[in-house]
Amino acid sequence: MATATATTSSAVPATAFLRRQGANGGANRSLRWARNQHQRWSPRRSGAAVITAKFDLKPPPYPQDALEPHMSQNTMSFHWGKHHRAYVDNLNKQIVGTELQGKSLEDVMIRTYNKGDLLPPFNNAAQVWNHDFFWDSMKPGGGGKPSGELLKAIERDFGSFEKFSEEFRSAAATQFGSGWAWLVFNPRPSDGKELLVLKTPNAVNPLVLGYTALLTIDVWEHAYYLDYQNRRPDYISIFMEKLVSWDAVSAKLEVAKSRVA
Amino acid sequence: MALRPLLTRRTLASASGFSSNGGITTSFRGLQTFSLPDLPYDYGALQPAISGEIMQLHHQKHHQAYITNYNKALEQLHDAMSKGDAPAVVKLQSAIKFNGGGHVNHSIFWKNLAPIQGGGGEPPKGSLGWAIDNHFGSLDALVQKMNAEGAALQGSGWVWLGVDKELKKLVVETTSNQDPLVTKGPSLVPLIGIDVWEHAYYLQYKNVRPDYLKNIWKVINWKYASELYGKECP
Repeated sequence: MATATATTSSAVPATAFLRRQGANGGANRSLRWARNQHQRWSPRRSGAAVITAKFDLKPPPYPQDALEPHMSQNTMSFHWGKHHRAYVDNLNKQIVGTELQGKSLEDVMIRTYNKGDLLPPFNNAAQVWNHDFFWDSMKPGGGGKPSGELLKAIERDFGSFEKFSEEFRSAAATQFGSGWAWLVFNPRPSDGKELLVLKTPNAVNPLVLGYTALLTIDVWEHAYYLDYQNRRPDYISIFMEKLVSWDAVSAKLEVAKSRVA
Repeated sequence: MALRPLLTRRTLASASGFSSNGGITTSFRGLQTFSLPDLPYDYGALQPAISGEIMQLHHQKHHQAYITNYNKALEQLHDAMSKGDAPAVVKLQSAIKFNGGGHVNHSIFWKNLAPIQGGGGEPPKGSLGWAIDNHFGSLDALVQKMNAEGAALQGSGWVWLGVDKELKKLVVETTSNQDPLVTKGPSLVPLIGIDVWEHAYYLQYKNVRPDYLKNIWKVINWKYASELYGKECP
């Protein structure tokens, strides 16, 4: 995930989107892209190098039009280019000169969650993290069913993939107002179930609640209104059928399990 | 995205079998049910401040959905109450607040708006105008304050101009999701509510909520707000 990093003072331009790189949108590719972002430095000022540690707007691991027709380029240009960008810019403005500056994004998030008594930077910090996670949750040619360990875990904890899918869709459809639906890994399950479905309001995410996120869908209206208007259930169906990157979810599950092993 | 042809009919509620005057219908079980109130103007009448496409979706889809779900929740509540099922009654409270609040808030909202030819945007005169100047300094100061609070609201919600009917004081408040203004104070009466859920402006203004807030004042129905104020503060 994003960490505080030395960077140019301008946000990553839209042209930084990968071009025509083929259908493989796996996790490795997004990591490689993220590393490329860290090569730029802020300009020198009056003879001394002034490097301002702040958060980047990372591009998704696929071109802006790659999720068409399910999630339009138009939507991506606003959702990533305006909303996500604004969270990054506003977060940087909010934390400069405070004790939060220089901390990792996850650290800022957990500190400003403040056990539920939210501090002002929380909304921006968590939304930066949530959107990074959301782009990674999708890929061109996504959808279908998971396989391997992930499928086994889903069948074990939900009964079947279909039952999980129904629960996830229902959580996404019934999150009132703005928010997110998640598949998460519970590192300390009291009932033996490692996986669960959660829904969270506004910017809240499973990390601040003590879980490891595996998959998310953004159900703020800005995520689907241009393409689906009020028809949130249609957006959710298309997300499940055509967009989910089960590769990314599997990779995250593997990491989560190795941490508790 | 294809634009559907704008309907000039204000509502299709009459097709549903319920009365189309936005009133209350009593079902055979003696339970009050609600129906979509007509708009007092055509969907396109608030352009360019609010597009006809938004007005039609907002009224026919969003407000209608709150009403449908509110009626369903009330029926379930009626059942739970007659069975004495306390946990079920409590569990239904959030659905009632969400959907009932949505119906209440949107019913007010349609009356808060008027086409320019119908007086939309005309500044308040009389006692409300005076109270605004007295409390906020000027109408412009009130607008700036409401716009700032509306823009800063995180997630979904409303920004309100209300009057405290006990203290006879004007207030500016925000509420989350579909919480009605009364959730911020039992003696608060809404005069003007501005919906800042993304569905209220996104198709036209996209992420630029401040532009929506700037423009909506051109179609705010101050006449209606003045009438309400006059009733609470005669």
